[in-house]
Amino acid sequence: MIKYVRRRYLALKVECEEGGVDQRAVSDVVWNSVLRLFGEVGVSQAGLYFVHFDEEEEYAVVRCSHKALPMVKAAIASVTKIDNKPAAIHVLRVSGSIKTLGRKVDAEHREESKES
Amino acid sequence: MKFSDLHLRVPLNDWEKTRRLIAKSSELGYSQVGVPLPPGTKQEVVDRLRQVCEEFGVDLVTRLELLPRSSSELLGSLRRFRRQFEVVSVLCVSKPLARQAAKDRRVDLLSFPAVEPRKRFFDWAEAELASRSKAAFEIDLAQVLSVEGFSRVIFLSRLRKEVVTAKSYGVPVVLSSGATDPLFLRKPQDYASLTLLFGVDVPFALDALSRIPAGVVERNKLKQDAGYVAPGIRIVRRKGSLESR
Repeated sequence: MIKYVRRRYLALKVECEEGGVDQRAVSDVVWNSVLRLFGEVGVSQAGLYFVHFDEEEEYAVVRCSHKALPMVKAAIASVTKIDNKPAAIHVLRVSGSIKTLGRKVDAEHREESKES
Repeated sequence: MKFSDLHLRVPLNDWEKTRRLIAKSSELGYSQVGVPLPPGTKQEVVDRLRQVCEEFGVDLVTRLELLPRSSSELLGSLRRFRRQFEVVSVLCVSKPLARQAAKDRRVDLLSFPAVEPRKRFFDWAEAELASRSKAAFEIDLAQVLSVEGFSRVIFLSRLRKEVVTAKSYGVPVVLSSGATDPLFLRKPQDYASLTLLFGVDVPFALDALSRIPAGVVERNKLKQDAGYVAPGIRIVRRKGSLESR
């Protein structure tokens, strides 16, 4: 019987002091962070995949295994540099499907723009 | 849930950076920030800081960060400045100092240097004293972010032991940012995820970022009240007010 793999999608906001980060740099830094903190077994369990990256807005969507979510979140929070430039990555939302994630992030965006 | 960051290290000589740090804290979801101020800070500086915090919808908590070299110096500073600040923390760099700070009821937060594992004196004896005086054990998460490699391995291992000790003696744990730069600030939920690295579960971490620091501030605000005498004793009414009734 094929076992259904539960996944989680994370919407990330990348902040870099000098700006101009690309998908490659962000994906490398997240991969390396998981590898550094949890080792090769951790990376293999995480099932990391970069779904989308918006270079202008510096938003990213990452997919990972449901079980490895706490590990991936810790690794993302521990990022302090991208391409040797001071940076931070914030997790905006976590969801079980891309569709819901998009809806949640859009709703948040709308609320923020209303407030401002 | 209202989140507090009791250790936002703003540079008081650079107001632009101070504004950016407070704005970022507010954006990330903190409703209360503790700013360490040197003893004898002018009231106008505190007022200006309060104004900036109000602008971004954040409550300011004035914090005194003591770095004494001896127990007598600690006692002298506590006697002079305790009532002027809402939170008092002591950076313990020696064992006698750590013990004195842990047993003094006027100390709210006990912190230890991150990079020197031999100078972290939070063991069972320290925890027992701290649990009696209700002092909390503070962990600066910017230190977890800034150290790398073998130093981080040692630091995380120490933190894991210290958190277990704190839990077993009922010492409250407070998680703070300790950030000097906006890029070292994270959302409370991200900090809670980061504590997985030293064996803290998310509900405990969220408590250490919200309920516990808020409780420390609340307790001290009551102490700063004019009617406060001692724990459990408060002046409700004075003689003059009784006669005028």
